[in-house]
Amino acid sequence: MFVLFCPHCGEKREEEEFGYGGEAFIPRPATPEALDDEAWGDYLFMRKNPKGWHWEMWSHNTGCRKFFVVKRNTATNAIAGSWTLAEGRKAYDAEGGST
Amino acid sequence: MSSYRVRRPGARVDFDKPLTFSFDGQAYDGFAGDTLASALLANGTRMLARSFKYGRPRGIIGTGPEEPNALMQIETGAHTIPNLKATQVELYDGLVARRTTGWPTLEFDLKSLGGLFSRFMPAGFYYKTFQNQKLWPKFEHIIRQAAGYGSAPSEPDPETYDHSHRHAQVVIVGGGASGLLAALLAGRAGLKVVLLDEQNECGGWLLSSPHSVIGGEQASAWLKSAVGELQSLPNVQVLTRTSAFALHDMNLVLAVEQLQDHLPIADRAAHQPRQRLHRIRAERVVLATGAIERPLVFGNNDVPGIMTASALTTYLNRYGVAVGKRILLQTSNDHVYQGAADLARAGCEVVLADTRTRINPAWEKRVRAAGVDVRTGFGIAYARGRRAVTGAQLVKLDAQRNVVVGSGPSIDCDALGSSGGLSPTVHLYCHDGGRPHWDEERLAFVVPEAGRAKSGIYGVGAVTGEFGLQNALEQTERITRELLSSLGKSAPTSSGNLKTDEPDATPARRIFRVPDGRAEGHGKKAFVDFQNDVSAADIHLAVRENYRSIEHIKRYTALGFGTDQGKLSNVNGFAIAADVLGKSIPEVGTTTYRPAYSPVTFGTLAGAHAGDTFEPRRYSPMQAAHVARGAEFEPVGQWLRPWYFPQTGEDLHAAVRRECLAARRGVGIMDASTLGKIDLRGKDVREFLNRVYANAWTQLAPGKCRYGLMLDENGMVMDDGVTACVADNHFLMTTTTGGAARVMTWLEKWHQTEWPDLDVYMTSVTDHWATAAVVGPKSRQVLAKICSDIDLSPSAFKFMDWREGTVAGVPARVFRISFSGELAFEVNVDANYGHHVWEALMDGGREFDITPYGTETMHVLRAEKGFIIVGQDTDGSMTPLDLDMAWAVGMKKPFSFIGKRSFARSDTAGPNRKQLVGLLTDDPQIVLAEGAQVIERADVTPPAAMLGHVTSSYYSPELGRSIALAVVRDGIARRSEDGHKSGRDLLYAYAGGKAHKVTVVSPVFVDPKGDRQNV
Repeated sequence: MFVLFCPHCGEKREEEEFGYGGEAFIPRPATPEALDDEAWGDYLFMRKNPKGWHWEMWSHNTGCRKFFVVKRNTATNAIAGSWTLAEGRKAYDAEGGST
Repeated sequence: MSSYRVRRPGARVDFDKPLTFSFDGQAYDGFAGDTLASALLANGTRMLARSFKYGRPRGIIGTGPEEPNALMQIETGAHTIPNLKATQVELYDGLVARRTTGWPTLEFDLKSLGGLFSRFMPAGFYYKTFQNQKLWPKFEHIIRQAAGYGSAPSEPDPETYDHSHRHAQVVIVGGGASGLLAALLAGRAGLKVVLLDEQNECGGWLLSSPHSVIGGEQASAWLKSAVGELQSLPNVQVLTRTSAFALHDMNLVLAVEQLQDHLPIADRAAHQPRQRLHRIRAERVVLATGAIERPLVFGNNDVPGIMTASALTTYLNRYGVAVGKRILLQTSNDHVYQGAADLARAGCEVVLADTRTRINPAWEKRVRAAGVDVRTGFGIAYARGRRAVTGAQLVKLDAQRNVVVGSGPSIDCDALGSSGGLSPTVHLYCHDGGRPHWDEERLAFVVPEAGRAKSGIYGVGAVTGEFGLQNALEQTERITRELLSSLGKSAPTSSGNLKTDEPDATPARRIFRVPDGRAEGHGKKAFVDFQNDVSAADIHLAVRENYRSIEHIKRYTALGFGTDQGKLSNVNGFAIAADVLGKSIPEVGTTTYRPAYSPVTFGTLAGAHAGDTFEPRRYSPMQAAHVARGAEFEPVGQWLRPWYFPQTGEDLHAAVRRECLAARRGVGIMDASTLGKIDLRGKDVREFLNRVYANAWTQLAPGKCRYGLMLDENGMVMDDGVTACVADNHFLMTTTTGGAARVMTWLEKWHQTEWPDLDVYMTSVTDHWATAAVVGPKSRQVLAKICSDIDLSPSAFKFMDWREGTVAGVPARVFRISFSGELAFEVNVDANYGHHVWEALMDGGREFDITPYGTETMHVLRAEKGFIIVGQDTDGSMTPLDLDMAWAVGMKKPFSFIGKRSFARSDTAGPNRKQLVGLLTDDPQIVLAEGAQVIERADVTPPAAMLGHVTSSYYSPELGRSIALAVVRDGIARRSEDGHKSGRDLLYAYAGGKAHKVTVVSPVFVDPKGDRQNV
């Protein structure tokens, strides 16, 4: 029951307004047929699931219905920031693209 | 007034307001301001309960939420509440209380028979005895009855409950001296402050020591002016009778406010809530939760009349009750001295046995002046008495080591108080992951003084180990100033003189279990946890049986379980375990503190979300029409849909039979308004549909519809529905009733995260449209009666077409689609006209005997045609190929649609997939159970290899026999074609201990060629 900042609405809101959208920055392969089963399986199923900082998506379900990016610590629920998808990608890349 | 009452100056009971109440059917007197516990003690009641395992007599030990024994059933009938602690029940006139333990009676408890059972009930009794699990059901009833605990009310709760969601800059938990000072400083700085206190008034320990001195004035005067000032500050709210029971992420404080529990039932305001749950999001949280005194562990320390020393003091000073005339106090520290002096001055004969040899000279002087008999270096080996304490045997202790070095006097008493030190109430601090710190000097788990300032959580006062009043106040002032500056504020004025009259503290003795000179387990039982009858010997036994982690020791012995959650017992238990394990207390650590701090009633947690308002209920616009026609309803997700429409004397089967035959042979009508509807616009909608559906959408022209299968990226069917092309850049999608919200989010996610370049706008329009499906060979005739501007002829309006027109004078979209296999028209109108159009269709259909039908008939009709219900016939592991629906997959689409690549995964493409088939029982009258296992041979003994299971099963009135859909391994290849049986198609469906022979067939039972929907 934490609070998230929606970068689209510009407001902090209770968690119950949001829906979890899974790990962020798992782009869909441009040509799925070119991938072997293992690589496609990785895209489908393999997730980081860290104890600690995690880049993830949330959607503002009962608000603007927009997806956005949150960096959250899964052990403490501390939140380092919220970004739009594009801005989040930049922040993620600036950190070296890993958690 | 009873002889136990003392008119103490500063007491918080109003001796001018007598009350009467009953306990176990007997009438008693009390006063306004009493708790049930103080009133019972004032009446001389000692034994109030029987213990959990041994049936030993038990009495009141504490004064608040720590009370383990005095659990009461309050009131009767619908208002009854089980297991309230007598120490927390405010007395009101006419209160009715009953004991919750003691079986068959409190006076005679079967379990207590000479301790007969005691040697058979060691730690881990249940695990050891019921290793043979078959025994448990036989004994559960007897054990539960004998163990006691109250009864849940059998009638609906007549009370209402409320939730309040709010924000505050500073929430202060605990209205004792520290909490009040923090609230004053934050309030004067202009912050929005909420102060929570679980008792009926603020003051905390000051209420028990009204004669202490703060800044030259009596504590009671300081308290009065502090509360007065707080009430005058508009930015400060003081909530009493409000227990903060949880602290969650990001400073979310949950607190329950008791609004009416303290009033006689007849005086409670009707339509006002009994309790209110406050969910407070705070910028800063100040924990001023204080500490609870823990008793010492010694032989027979559970005899009624034995309490914590602080409880004796509180009953005297706050409630005007001297629990005994001759009082024996046993301590390891300074905290009991003020109370000892107060009890002596109130006329009690007081002996104070201090386990220390070097005691505080200033305190000694004060208590001796009051007439207290001080004995140093003595511990209590065991208490005497059975239903009430009569005395205790002292032993001489070694000055350093906790061993007996000599005998001591035997002392008579009628009340006994012990103190092993204070245990800070660290619970809230630990709820969201904080760990308490062991302070070896103060012998307590404390909130580190710095708290978790980074996340805005501060501890002040006793909860940090500052047990002295002056130290606590000075520390509170310092920490609150830090808090204020973190919010950009400063405390405008000095808090004034905080000097008290306490002597400097002398170190406490590190003692938890008082030795009696005998090996553990050989002397008198010495209880650690009273509510669960856990003795020091039980903890020794658990360690001997190789339990090492304190979490395991807790669960094996039940230490710290129950409604008090070990508030008195935990630290003693941890310390005894540490000694036996040869570890330090911080090495052993604590068990986990979880919400709720003290029990919260379900009603409060539910708030208004109960009964009719448990969940929003959605109704179709035609609901009134269905009610008027006597429909039976069933919930479908949040919707309530007509299930069937029984006529006089009909049961479900008779009604469904009639409804099915009407739809197949005449005309039926069904409310389909609940289907999810999504309006998609934009120039790229067609491409978007190509990506999110398995089907191809490129060719679908305006005026046409198509059935689509929506897959997840694993290639599994997740939703289905018909989508209509309104215009090249405008489509209307329908989804399953239950999947509407999920599909909407799914589509938005793909659009926003992967294909934001596509020009697509989505709007949920489920509630905007009402839909009536007119179904059956005569449906065209019915529609023609009330629709004149659409050419309904088969050549002009084909199957899977849709038309715009006017139905019953209302603009409508009419879809020629069918979920029954019959000729059918689905009429969509503005929801506000739904009821009107339904009635118009009923009028128009009267001459054709139009028959309304519900979800049950809809299911039979679609199963007869082998039409799937996503989520019933599929379970997230079925591909379109498993469903034999390759026709709905556009493999040639240029874009690799969602799920396509997964068709080629080795598992998805491999053999032995479960596939959708039809099943026909040999005996046509047997309707298989849904969920029945499909197996190869009838004579197997479980566990048998299962080939699949029955997903849908009905009696088909059209065929006059049962039908079933099932998913079966390799099912498509097993189907017998045209009645030709190969042997491989003969299987068994197993349910309820019986195997029924079945033949695997095509899932399309009626009209396999699909002619009827094309007429």
